[in-house]
Amino acid sequence: MALLEVTDLRTYFRTDDGIVKAVDGVSFSIEKGKTLGIVGESGSGKSVTCLTIMGLNSKRTTITSGEALWKGKNLLTMGAREFRDIRGSEIAMIFQDPMTSLNPVHKVGKQLTEAIQLHRDVTKSQARARALELLKAVGIPRPERRIDDYPHQFSGGMRQRVMIAMALVNNPDLLIADEPTTALDVTTQAQILTLMQKLQEEFGSAILVITHDLGVVAEVADEVVVMYAAQVVEKGPVERIFKRPHMPYTWGLLGSLPRLDSVVDRLVQIPGSPPSLLNPPRGCRFHPRCPYVMDVCKADDPALLPVFDDSDHFAACHLDHETKDREAAKLIAGMMAQAS
Amino acid sequence: MPFGRRDANGQPPLEIRDDELLVVDDLKKHFAVTRGIIFQKQIAAVKALDGVSFRVREGETLGVVGESGCGKSTMARCIMRLLEPTSGRVVFRGRDITKLSRADMRPIRREMMMIFQDPYASLNSRKRVGFIVAEALEVHRLGTEAEVKRRVQELLEVVGLNPEHYNRFPHEFSGGQRQRIGVARALAVNPKLIVCDEPVSALDVSVQAQILNLLKDLQEDFGLTYVFIAHDLNVVRHISDRVMVMYLGHAVELADRFTLYEAPKHPYTGALLSAVPIPDPTVGRNRKQIVLEGDVPNPINPPSGCWFHPRCPRFREGHCDVEEPPLYPFGDDHVAACHYPLERWPMSEEEMRMLPQSAVG
Amino acid sequence: MIRYIIRRLLWAVVLFVAVTVVTYIIFFIVPANPALGLCGKACTQDDVKRVQAYWGLDKPVPVQYLKFLERLVVHQSLGRSFATRREVNDIVKDAAPVTASLVVGGVVLWMLIAVPLGILSAIRPRSLLDRASMVFVLVGISAHPVWLGLIFSFFFGYKLGWFPITNYCDFINPSTDCGGPVQWAYHLFLPWATFAILFAALYVRMIRANVMETMNEDYVRTARAKGAPEHQVMRSHILRNAMLPVVTMLGMDIGLALGGAVFTETVYALPGLGKTAISALDTFDLPTVQGIVVFSTICIIVFNLIVDLLYAWIDPRIRLS
Repeated sequence: MALLEVTDLRTYFRTDDGIVKAVDGVSFSIEKGKTLGIVGESGSGKSVTCLTIMGLNSKRTTITSGEALWKGKNLLTMGAREFRDIRGSEIAMIFQDPMTSLNPVHKVGKQLTEAIQLHRDVTKSQARARALELLKAVGIPRPERRIDDYPHQFSGGMRQRVMIAMALVNNPDLLIADEPTTALDVTTQAQILTLMQKLQEEFGSAILVITHDLGVVAEVADEVVVMYAAQVVEKGPVERIFKRPHMPYTWGLLGSLPRLDSVVDRLVQIPGSPPSLLNPPRGCRFHPRCPYVMDVCKADDPALLPVFDDSDHFAACHLDHETKDREAAKLIAGMMAQAS
Repeated sequence: MPFGRRDANGQPPLEIRDDELLVVDDLKKHFAVTRGIIFQKQIAAVKALDGVSFRVREGETLGVVGESGCGKSTMARCIMRLLEPTSGRVVFRGRDITKLSRADMRPIRREMMMIFQDPYASLNSRKRVGFIVAEALEVHRLGTEAEVKRRVQELLEVVGLNPEHYNRFPHEFSGGQRQRIGVARALAVNPKLIVCDEPVSALDVSVQAQILNLLKDLQEDFGLTYVFIAHDLNVVRHISDRVMVMYLGHAVELADRFTLYEAPKHPYTGALLSAVPIPDPTVGRNRKQIVLEGDVPNPINPPSGCWFHPRCPRFREGHCDVEEPPLYPFGDDHVAACHYPLERWPMSEEEMRMLPQSAVG
Repeated sequence: MIRYIIRRLLWAVVLFVAVTVVTYIIFFIVPANPALGLCGKACTQDDVKRVQAYWGLDKPVPVQYLKFLERLVVHQSLGRSFATRREVNDIVKDAAPVTASLVVGGVVLWMLIAVPLGILSAIRPRSLLDRASMVFVLVGISAHPVWLGLIFSFFFGYKLGWFPITNYCDFINPSTDCGGPVQWAYHLFLPWATFAILFAALYVRMIRANVMETMNEDYVRTARAKGAPEHQVMRSHILRNAMLPVVTMLGMDIGLALGGAVFTETVYALPGLGKTAISALDTFDLPTVQGIVVFSTICIIVFNLIVDLLYAWIDPRIRLS
């Protein structure tokens, strides 16, 4: 059984302009100790997916349906109390902006011990000892002094380390990281990614990492989910997604990325911009921007189906397999040729 | 043409070649930190920019990369004279513009424009797009009303927007389209030089590609020269002819893009390159990564000697922390400020630590 | 921290000088000769001159101002009233407790109304309570305290007879015909309500906005992600941060509140600073007016200082930078 099994998840927001279908039928699963990466552009629904799993959307304006089975129990229908016991203990989360994600008026030590004492019946000094242990584990120098500092006294990278320490303090089975390195500089990003991988080995947590950066996904993920306009358009093992993607949007993403390992004169560009989720296009949501568009794309929403030779790899596209294989091979070969 | 005479500010003349559009010489910007009960006295200076020199040839793109706080945006603003540099010179088309009065600066502002990072914040949300793009034309009194309108529509078309959207407001456009408006605004007065300060970092990858392609096309069509500032090494390499790496207010390495990315000499450049995630699971996971420790030091109290020495794997006590490295030359147009430059690339962190015997001492 | 306090104190001195100078200037721009009033109708020109000389009014204004400063600093004396010849110190000493009772009680009342109402309407926006509090806010902001005072005294005082309409009773010492905490509060209840409503309305809005803004902060989401129950999130993460600006506003509004107290004191005939100042203005009694201005300024400066220090104490970002 998968650790987390999400099936047909839908999150709709009621707004003054109408209903925004921020997540519209998303399914994926995460195995114990593995890393799943969700990539997509802004507005693709990747962050909302995770906030829904964590139950952090405002209840008044949100309509949720589908299933998110955590160890067999549905998180979406669970009582508030029961859910609270899982949140922060079995599933923990870190956020994009470490500058604003820590409470400015509390010492970091207090924020860490709060996380411990919410879930464990320990004394203050035991909690503090555990907090110190974690601050040391995430590589904060002189933790016994820094534990009594306030968040604004830390740099951005150090704050993200504090966030990670806080998330791992109860040995969670799943760590959800929402754009954990987007706000950080590239050398700090490398530090944080290395740290997360090291800690994953140590703690054995599964990681769900959400990012817009294909590089980050390629670096850390075992499995990849590509989201576009509130839906999953492709998912599969990281090797497949980067070596033989089967969806024109994924091709566009890979081609539009300037990269260090190849030189191109012109980037492949996806024309236009992502659709409004108030009123998404009929049929395949990518069809207005897709260079391979056919009549069927405008009418029918393609299902997420297994790619013929690999039951782990799914793609939602009406194109025939041969064309997809050919185009994917051409794209990847083009990159490789220029790389050498 | 040698710049034969002593210039108006009594500084020694700079040798400037004909094809050099912009020459920046030892540019510094220090922000004062003051303290005092009634009379504020300066107790320290944030050395945001501490002696940067480079030259930009006509029609080329100079990329500037560095992490936050390295002084790249301050430098852009000093070049544009949006900030007054503390010292140093900015020579644009053979003329030192650092000390020019506002009035003398005005005609020059037509020739150097800037594109900003945030397409949301840099456009006045209460003005129509036509007005925003036309503003520079009107400031410089170029053309009648009808001519201005025609020019604006032409510009909108050039940057890939519908010229009929002349009367719309910025909020009616997406992020990428707004950045196109920013580009159109910069192009309005036919500038020679465009300083782009993180023009694509707020955009999604697919839209980023659109803007990068647009900038390249415009450069070809109009013979533009860019100073392109970004923190993303991939983007900088894609668009630049030469690349300058900055760290803590200094230029640490400058070379053409292939040399810089394939044979970097400065350990910081190496660390930056190795930190960039590669969107290829096999290549990315098998490369030798150098993970720097610690954070960028505080520019109020920068390290002695080489600015990078506290984080440098090649640090040699008694040398790196004492003597500030000059920009040593390494072949054609390649300079790096390091006493112990990298002999080859790629290199792992352990390999970096092992200096060849000849280099030590 | 010490530097910060010293700087604040020095600024307070500058502010103090500025306020008293302005009062002086305004007073002397007004085309009236205080000596004439002092002397009485039967005075001859010579009498007026003598009176002027006695009070020092024949000297140039800057000299008078310096004399005033000297008296204040060396003798801690605010001088003597032109009208009653009483020591202004005594006048202020009598009036200040009345105003203090009004303002302190009023502030307590307005916070008692505003804090719960603001928080509750922030938690449930667009609910019945939120809408009702909005109505209260609109009424509170639009109604002038004088009008409100008249309405209150008419209904609750005259018609229903629940509360006394005028008169002030001392808190401890029954120097007047009534006294003691109960009588004190009983007599002050209507003035407090009148005084508090405007500010309560403003503060409901402000607290509601602050709480709503803080609820959307990333660190609040972090707290929920830790599994913190809602009441703990509210207490430890939302309220503490949302109340920071309220503390600052409170410090700044004390000055405004002293101004507002003038109306309330007038309506309910409370012998406080405001009412005394207004009577003093009628008789061109410069020393009394100046004395009250000086005293109020000092109060406001002290309050602001306390609030700033309090703010620095509760907000580590200020304390440690």
